[in-house]
Amino acid sequence: MPQKIGIPRTLGYYAYYPLWKTFFEELGLEVITSSPTSKTILDAGVKEAVNDACIPIKILHGHVIDLKGKVDYIFLPRLVSVRKFGTETFCPKFLGLPDMVRAAIADLPEIIDTRVDLAKGRFELFRLCCKLGERFGASLPRVIRAYWRALMVYRQYQRLLRERYTPVEAIEILDGRQPESQDSPKESLVFAVVGYPYAIYDNFLNVNLLKRLRGLGVRILTAEMIPTRLLIREAKKLPKNLFWHFSNRAVQAAWYFLYRERVDGIVHVTAFGCGPDAMVDRMIELEAKNNGHRPFLSLTIDEHTGEAGIQTRVEAFVDMLKLRRGVL
Amino acid sequence: MKISFPRMGNSFIAFKMLINSLGHEAIVPPAPSERTLSLGVRYAPEFACIPFKILLGTYLEAIELGTEMIITSGGVGPCRAGYYGVLHQMILNDLGHKVKIMVIEPPLRDIFGFIRNVKTLIKPTRIGWRTFWHHLKTAWEKLVALDDIERISHQVRPYEVNRGETTKVYERVLQMLDEARNIQEITEARVEGERLLRQIPCDYNRPTLKVGIIGEIYVVIEPFANHDLQVTLESMGVETQRAIYLSGYTRDCFVFDSEHDVKKAAAPYLNELIGGHGINSVGETVLYARHGFDGVVQLAPFACIPEIVAKSILPKVSHDLGIPVLTLFIDEQTGKAGIQTRLEAFVDLLWQRRQMMEVRPAI
Ligand code: SF4
Ligand code: SF4
Repeated sequence: MPQKIGIPRTLGYYAYYPLWKTFFEELGLEVITSSPTSKTILDAGVKEAVNDACIPIKILHGHVIDLKGKVDYIFLPRLVSVRKFGTETFCPKFLGLPDMVRAAIADLPEIIDTRVDLAKGRFELFRLCCKLGERFGASLPRVIRAYWRALMVYRQYQRLLRERYTPVEAIEILDGRQPESQDSPKESLVFAVVGYPYAIYDNFLNVNLLKRLRGLGVRILTAEMIPTRLLIREAKKLPKNLFWHFSNRAVQAAWYFLYRERVDGIVHVTAFGCGPDAMVDRMIELEAKNNGHRPFLSLTIDEHTGEAGIQTRVEAFVDMLKLRRGVL
Repeated sequence: MKISFPRMGNSFIAFKMLINSLGHEAIVPPAPSERTLSLGVRYAPEFACIPFKILLGTYLEAIELGTEMIITSGGVGPCRAGYYGVLHQMILNDLGHKVKIMVIEPPLRDIFGFIRNVKTLIKPTRIGWRTFWHHLKTAWEKLVALDDIERISHQVRPYEVNRGETTKVYERVLQMLDEARNIQEITEARVEGERLLRQIPCDYNRPTLKVGIIGEIYVVIEPFANHDLQVTLESMGVETQRAIYLSGYTRDCFVFDSEHDVKKAAAPYLNELIGGHGINSVGETVLYARHGFDGVVQLAPFACIPEIVAKSILPKVSHDLGIPVLTLFIDEQTGKAGIQTRLEAFVDLLWQRRQMMEVRPAI
């Protein structure tokens, strides 16, 4: 029976899942993801995680608990940097993630906490895959093949994202399933939704925000739909880059959508208790107000975010914009 | 030009001298107060860390005094502090203030930016690079002297016979250092200050506890932010030790001598630089435990990212090495009374542990 490796369905999942999944499967492992975020996962996470943590980290703890008992390994890479020769790193909670989880949850299966630091050189990803392959006793040719296949799938994934599928939809397509049709026919507004992938695409966490918006006739643009190259070009306008990968992406995307696309409004999804977001949110707000002249909505999500609360705020925002555009 | 800067502990005494000696007018921001904090809270994002809020309030108060430029340090993070300047600037502009925030990055990271910044500072007052360098060195000496004196005050205070005397003498020494104009005078003031502090009548036979203080740099250094934690502890007869001083991390700290040691000590629990002083908090706790300290107090702003990571790991360290850790997360609602009560309870607990260990025969 193949050994099972578990991947939590949050944090890095939305950015890199297809890559890791293909790689591990090619090595002969069975890949198991945790269940989609749910009340059970949230509650378990809230119970085990340090109580001052942000909600996504609590949810991660929940996903790890969900995997416990089902798998032989849990893949929890320590994401340090993902851009070659770049200077950005990840939020400290990502950097200390494996240590936090180990200190918080007892009796875990082995945690594979590969350190992903691609800034170190050109062949880092390959080197790191070799190390992983060695760990699971795969021969070099097999690792090389797995590496290439994984990269191919990852590229395909990126292409699907550029075709404006959300990560969740793109992963479904890669798995050979048909996602629900996305945009409603009677669209009248275009919104940019910016924020961390693990906040925007986790339907439980954000109480189905994307679906709600689409239901109100809004077309949605997110950072993942835009080639990274263009986002980075936009970032040149910033006085100084932030330090953290996902925060940078959110800010860059906001700038991009403010100045390069005709969006009607910007929605920033922020996670309760998120340190970086306190700054990111205010920056986007001020820029949208003072220079971009675009309406801005900030939605903070926490463990008590209710359907009603989100729906009212989103509806009010959409109505205001429709009125303004005269499409109501 | 009227120039101000962030205020952190006593460092303003050195920064004031530096700016004045470069031919500008230093505006010393008032010591942070309730008003500072509430100004900061009003205009800062709700979830910004408390140093960000107090600094914003400080800048607003400095602006009331006519400040035209604020000089602050950048930093390469990876924590939010490195980005404070940018967001502070955006917020101040949004409020309609014309003030410019000059963020000085460490020269090693951006040497050209550093040179450019210094040039805008010294050109209008026609000061050459050599003179600039000289003034910088003098200010640095003063900063070092200020930290040295503070460190001595922490050694003396727990043992003073008359409660409050150290603080009085310390204030006087600060005054002396403030008046010192050049390196020689600074050295004299420092030597004299040390003599005065050491002369305070002390009772070294008094039993004391030893507590290490760890955490985020701003709340550790600025007494307003930590509600005078160190002095409070010392007045309860607790000797405190901390590694974080502005003039240098672990400089002259007698418990551990280099950052390298601290990282090595942290490695079994956390083997990654996570920004801020996160890894240091873990490593220092290990070292304090090994050096027989009675306990550790972790001081951090509420929602401080690296310290949350540290906090989640510390229970394990505390359990493995048998050293109690008290974590104090500080936000704008934290009151002095609350801190006082928690410290008293912690100190009681430490005394009890000490007694239990003494009663139990050594095996
Ligand atoms: S970036 Fe924010 S939400 Fe993400 S892990 Fe860090 S603190 Fe949490
Ligand atoms: S270390 Fe803590 S207080 Fe300092 S910038 Fe980071 S989050 Fe804020």
